[in-house]
Amino acid sequence: MATLSSGEPRSISALADASDLSRQAVTKHLKVLEGVGLVSSRRLGRETLYTFRPERLDDASAGLAAISRQWADALGRLKHFVERDPDS
Amino acid sequence: MNTAQSSTDIVVESVDIAAPVARVWRALTDHREFGEWFGVVFATPFRPGETVHGSLTIADFAGLPLEITVREMDAPRRFVFSWHPYAVEPDHDYTKEPQTLIEFTLEPRDTGTRLTVRESGFDALPEARRPTAFRMNTKGWPIQLGNIARHVTSG
Repeated sequence: MATLSSGEPRSISALADASDLSRQAVTKHLKVLEGVGLVSSRRLGRETLYTFRPERLDDASAGLAAISRQWADALGRLKHFVERDPDS
Repeated sequence: MNTAQSSTDIVVESVDIAAPVARVWRALTDHREFGEWFGVVFATPFRPGETVHGSLTIADFAGLPLEITVREMDAPRRFVFSWHPYAVEPDHDYTKEPQTLIEFTLEPRDTGTRLTVRESGFDALPEARRPTAFRMNTKGWPIQLGNIARHVTSG
């Protein structure tokens, strides 16, 4: 995050190199950050470049988006739970 | 939007379920069934006006208490409870803080049931408890919930 906060777009490899994290861990974190709008991504050749979006940091609506997604996940689990056995 | 509540106060999510309203109602209001999909074990059944104590079974939050206060059980269409959202800090006393309200609405559809959940009251929370993107992310909820979803669907 500190590396990204300079504002320059970075690839997953560059971010992994600059941290103690594996590429896999960095990818996972970036997906979460992207999910709440804190980073954006674009493809450049074989790489995906990630850019920090600080304007979303204090954005409460992004926090609510995360809550929304938790409910969407929970409703998905409920759906799965009920549809396994819909008539009982 | 012409609504009394701001966009930061409320979240709404819906899902279509291929099962009758009565079946979905039971999955929501039977405390054991609720626990199965939500990831919590409740000690006692849900009854209007009662606060029910539970223990989370969600990966990193396993064992943390979860309390809900049942506000309405209008079978089989409307189930309402309140809670302290995201109350996962073990040492923090949440009891003095306002709660959010969770309203489930069930509507019959040709294909089964449309279930909508609406959580409101975030604007009234203390600033330090507001769900900002940064806070939600650093606490790891999205990752944990992703894990659960995978666990449940592979089971």
